[in-house]
Amino acid sequence: MNPLSVSRRDILKTLAVGAASGSVLQIIPAKAAEFAHQAVHNEKSASATGKYTPKFFSARQYELLTNLCDTIIPKDEKSGGAVEAGAPEFIDLLTSENEDFQLILGGGLMWLDSTCVDRYSAAYLDCKPGQRKEILDLIAFRKNAKADPSLSQGVNFFAFLRRATCDGFYTSKIGIADLQYIGNTSVHEFPGCPPLPEA
Amino acid sequence: MAQVIRSPKTYDVCIIGSGAGGGTAAKILTEGGLNVVLLEAGPNVNPEKDFKMFLWPYDLPHRGVGVAGRAAKDFGEFLAPNGSWNIEGEPYTSAPGANFQWFRSRIVGGRTNHWGRIALRFAPIDFRSKTRDGLGDDWPMSYEELAPYYDKVESYIGVFGTRENVSSAPDGVFLPPPKPRCSDLVVKRACDKLGIICIPSRLAILTRSVNGRLPCHYCGQCGRGCVTASNFSSSQVLIPPAMKTGKLTMVTGAMAREVLLGKDGKAEGVSYIDKATRAEKRVNAKAVVLAASACESARLLLNSKSSQFPDGLANSSGTVGRYLTDSVGSDGGGIVPVLEKMPPHNHDGVGGMHMYIPWWKFDRKNDFPRGYHIEFGGGRDMPGVGMFNGLCHDEEGYGARLKQRARETYGTHIGLSGRGEMVPNPDTYCEIDPNVVDKWGIPVLRFHFKWSDYELRQAQDMQETFRAIIEAAGGEYKTKTAIDGQYPFGIREGGKIIHEVGTARMGADPKSSVLNSYCQAHDVKNLFVMDGAPLVTNPDKNPTLTIMALAWRASEYLLDQAQKGNLA
Repeated sequence: MNPLSVSRRDILKTLAVGAASGSVLQIIPAKAAEFAHQAVHNEKSASATGKYTPKFFSARQYELLTNLCDTIIPKDEKSGGAVEAGAPEFIDLLTSENEDFQLILGGGLMWLDSTCVDRYSAAYLDCKPGQRKEILDLIAFRKNAKADPSLSQGVNFFAFLRRATCDGFYTSKIGIADLQYIGNTSVHEFPGCPPLPEA
Repeated sequence: MAQVIRSPKTYDVCIIGSGAGGGTAAKILTEGGLNVVLLEAGPNVNPEKDFKMFLWPYDLPHRGVGVAGRAAKDFGEFLAPNGSWNIEGEPYTSAPGANFQWFRSRIVGGRTNHWGRIALRFAPIDFRSKTRDGLGDDWPMSYEELAPYYDKVESYIGVFGTRENVSSAPDGVFLPPPKPRCSDLVVKRACDKLGIICIPSRLAILTRSVNGRLPCHYCGQCGRGCVTASNFSSSQVLIPPAMKTGKLTMVTGAMAREVLLGKDGKAEGVSYIDKATRAEKRVNAKAVVLAASACESARLLLNSKSSQFPDGLANSSGTVGRYLTDSVGSDGGGIVPVLEKMPPHNHDGVGGMHMYIPWWKFDRKNDFPRGYHIEFGGGRDMPGVGMFNGLCHDEEGYGARLKQRARETYGTHIGLSGRGEMVPNPDTYCEIDPNVVDKWGIPVLRFHFKWSDYELRQAQDMQETFRAIIEAAGGEYKTKTAIDGQYPFGIREGGKIIHEVGTARMGADPKSSVLNSYCQAHDVKNLFVMDGAPLVTNPDKNPTLTIMALAWRASEYLLDQAQKGNLA
């Protein structure tokens, strides 16, 4: 047994107890959090493929999740995308702990595959690029569910995944740099606002 | 049979609770030479270990929302150890139809570890509410009597602000304020167009060194706790000087259950549960100061029954638990496109608002009594979970466009929060639930809570003002509220603003109040209450500064009485 993964499980367990108790202990001690974060990092670097092992999603589902995250926030000329930023890992971690996430995302991924089989006779990842784009363009907008109510579950799922992907991306080093946030540091005097144009 | 463990020593004073009120009492009483034992229900706080200054979201595996995302429902996992609306094993109940949310912090320093540091004086008119509009009651003291203690507190803890001469928001002893953020300038311009007063805020954060505490380093993270104690917390600013006197005995993990009454009708000590061993222990003291938070102190009084006080200690008036109020709270926000034009810049500043809107309609007739202030913020804050929920909802879609719109709209959101005065009403109070005890065996509180039309009209006015400000700034107001349902005009549940006060109010008449103006029980002269409970009204000023000013004044009085031998 890998002693590292045991310690991480133990820590996550401790944290879960703290959160459930709602006590002051629900705030993760920084050291434990850093350790857990480091453990994820070490696990990834230690594994032969350098890949994260999903805690909730099956390998196939995780592949689908990763593909969707990449589509929601892709790499472009300015910065990396959601996958590089670790969004799928963040989403899998929260999903492994939260039954609502499990239903919405776990069920949602299955809905997407079933719908693609109905429409295109292939699961999403086996569809042609044009077919993938077609179904995503349908479930990415609320107005489509008004026109075709059979899409409403898909629209809800995709809205949830879009928010979760943004959360994962914009809390990462890459995402924060992409927004050009400047701060979280010690400054002697607060400089105030640069000249503000008229509205 | 469990044995009660009695301490052989008799202290001069036993204080229950180490937050704003208890910390102030501990400092003044120990520096005055009294031997004090302080009971705190939670653990000690260790800033070096417990505070998450300078951490990034990606330093935590849950990026700030905690296991299963649950911490997002409180304040997130970056916050200083703070407590919650729900503490495992320590329930409270709500009467049918009431939904009161009771926030408790079990830790040295209490809620001052994470609070917003908003330090506003009550105004002269706030002490004369009944004279003003016939509602509620006047205080048994005037602003002028309390003003010297506001001066002392501000001078000691450090509060920034500016002298503005606005009658609803008295000036104090101020350090210079930080420069405005872009979001402040946008709101200020809009307010100027609308004739709304918008001034530098008043926060207990140091912009200059005070008593050896370093000035702010402008990381914007006061809520996480400050390792350099550049903001005020009881645990870092009041407890240490009390400890330094050598006169303070701190007992952590001590859950007070009853104030003990002697045969002579005076408090003689406190019975508490030692959480670590679950043993009941007793400390003896010549005077007792309750500073456990307004509702916790009321609970203690109501649970301290005796033949002399069958309805609870110091409760001959029957008013303990009554006159409960919280601030009226309604929030909103919008997108202001002019902010898209700002170049990337450090927007962090202090942890909290640099400017605010004090109550400005004091010179006209309004369709609700009293008033509210508006807190606001926004701009290029550190990204976090949930920051782009609004964008996702508005833009929908995916891919390159979504990413580009996030870049463009980042920093353009402005959020506004109205915080107003609730008038006490007979349907809002707390009492002991006859059927429920907590895991320490202590009977719990049951809450009754109701907003009246006064508060609902105030919340409506807040929403209309938020919209006017955002639109005057050239933006789009995004918040939608209904006129009915669970949250009419976006009004929050009682207790959600965490300004609950009034449950052992002071007054000139012992028949309708619990305490005199020195926070001393009318019925028991060596018993004091020094938290939010004594407040007669709950004006639109966050109560912490007033809790400290009252506690400072009451502690000086207690000290004087002790020295004269009037308490023994």
